[in-house]
Amino acid sequence: MRAGFVLGELGTGLRRNLSMAVSVILVTMISMYLLGLGLLAQRQVDTMKDYWYDRVQVSIFLCVEGSQYAACSGKATTPTQREQIKAQLEQMKPPVKEIFYESQADAFKRFKEQFKNSPLAEQATERAFADSFRVSLTDAGKYDVIVSSFSGAPGVGRVQDQKQLLDRFFAFMNAVSWGAIALSALMVLCAVLLMATTIRQTAFSRRRETGIMRLVGASNATIQLPFVLETLVSALVGASLAMGLLWATVSYGIGGYLSKALMDTAFIGMTDVFAVAPWVVGGVAIVAVLTSWFTLRRYLRV
Amino acid sequence: MILFDAVTKTYPKATRPALSEVSLEVERGEFVFIVGSSGSGKSTLLRLAIREERATSGAVLVAGRELRTLPDRRVPMLRREIGTVFQDFRLLPNKSVFQNVAFALQVIGKSRALIRQTVPETLRVVGLEGKEKRLPHQLSGGEQQRVAIARAIVNKPTILLADEPTGNLDPATSRAIVELLDRINRSGTTVVVATHDHEMVNEFRRRVIELDAGKLVRDEADGDYGKTTSAIPVVRIDEGDSDAEDGTPDAGSAGGER
Ligand SMILES: Nc1ncnc2c1ncn2[C@@H]1O[C@H](COP(=O)(O)OP(=O)(O)OP(=O)(O)O)[C@@H](O)[C@H]1O
Ligand SMILES: [Mg+2]
Repeated sequence: MRAGFVLGELGTGLRRNLSMAVSVILVTMISMYLLGLGLLAQRQVDTMKDYWYDRVQVSIFLCVEGSQYAACSGKATTPTQREQIKAQLEQMKPPVKEIFYESQADAFKRFKEQFKNSPLAEQATERAFADSFRVSLTDAGKYDVIVSSFSGAPGVGRVQDQKQLLDRFFAFMNAVSWGAIALSALMVLCAVLLMATTIRQTAFSRRRETGIMRLVGASNATIQLPFVLETLVSALVGASLAMGLLWATVSYGIGGYLSKALMDTAFIGMTDVFAVAPWVVGGVAIVAVLTSWFTLRRYLRV
Repeated sequence: MILFDAVTKTYPKATRPALSEVSLEVERGEFVFIVGSSGSGKSTLLRLAIREERATSGAVLVAGRELRTLPDRRVPMLRREIGTVFQDFRLLPNKSVFQNVAFALQVIGKSRALIRQTVPETLRVVGLEGKEKRLPHQLSGGEQQRVAIARAIVNKPTILLADEPTGNLDPATSRAIVELLDRINRSGTTVVVATHDHEMVNEFRRRVIELDAGKLVRDEADGDYGKTTSAIPVVRIDEGDSDAEDGTPDAGSAGGER
């Protein structure tokens, strides 16, 4: 069949069936937007993991006079105890990579610097802080070695692992992204059913046309092509709109707002949208073609 | 050209066969009328010839192909060699006369140049020059049937099948349509016409095949419509008689359009 004729018929078909085409476009758009958000959230988690797991530290808080930590029983860590802890850490390389000492005063300064825009900075007192060893690890997974050797040791108030905090946050992000993906799967199901219904309806309203095509000896491919193309075009328009929305979300939501509000972390960017887009659009194309093919086999006698 | 050998067709769930043990042969270039009362199996016979239905038993040969074993993917090629015309014209209402005829060529992939040349030619053959731009509803019944015939012959088929082509037309128009079919036949196309129109059959004196309850009961060259045909009384003096009969819902052609 000639391309000009096919395109002409495609245009007429879409125009005659505009409301159906629009509904397929919208449902595809929403489902693919949700799917895209879910996938991007996953990539955000991965990005943050990469960023944070390199920076994750285990903090060994020491005791000060009148410490809030129960393990200290109100007594400050003696210089000998401190040296002992330091020596023990030095022996544990690797997994210990680097050891920093931060005094109570330094910790207080750093806090005030970090929260200089917040009322917290004015309320906090130096007494709430403690001297600490901050230990970075070659492998973030080895933190429990540190925890088990130092918690309860003389002069140690508390061992805190940042990774634990982060993991809780990542687990939450993961759950949210899987929620979005599950919801999008449901929407994809809706899209498939809507495409199938649209094709059935269209096949019925064009039965005279397809009847004539069969009669004059048009091939099955020729008879089915307009239906497949109309579905495919609607679905692809929907998927493209979804990618546009996703682009806007990342560009304005993350690039324009979040990354300025939270300077201290890594965010996904446009490259991630471009990495996700071909899979989403390709997936939509496959779903549209398979759906039309199965529906036509059932509802369009050739 | 067309050969039926002991063909029986029983529709699913039917109690009696629509065609039983029908054998006939139509040679290249022949003109044949198929007559018989309503429900005698005329449309079924034509539907078997275009592989719209498959025979339950027996062999159907059309244009050199055995249709009972012809694979589905070969059916379009068969149908390109057969033109088909129906009582209800089956034109596309929002396409013009030209577009309706061109459609038959477009969907089998013919080039625009060929279409631009062949369609006007064919419209001239059926006597519709000057009406290319009209829509079907702007034409009379006879003109609409001419469009349908043009569409059926535009690809130069070797066989033309017509199922009650004059069923919706008055006698004068019917006559013109059959004359057109006759002219097409004389240019070499094999023509088979299923009809209730006894005046036409009697006047044209061509080969007549008569079916009765699915059986072939008569096959004669130079035949007439016959007297045994109808279960429904035929009133010969009134020219509208065949319309009264054909106006009833036709299970045959409705079924063909699914
Ligand atoms: N699709 C079908 N399914 C079941 N039975 C059918 C079908 N089509 C036709 N029949 C039956 O087969 C028989 C022959 O029908 P057919 O349409 O061939 O008759 P016909 O000679 O064309 O009649 P008419 O002159 O009214 O058009 C009838 O009894 C009819 O009820
Ligand atoms: Mg009939």
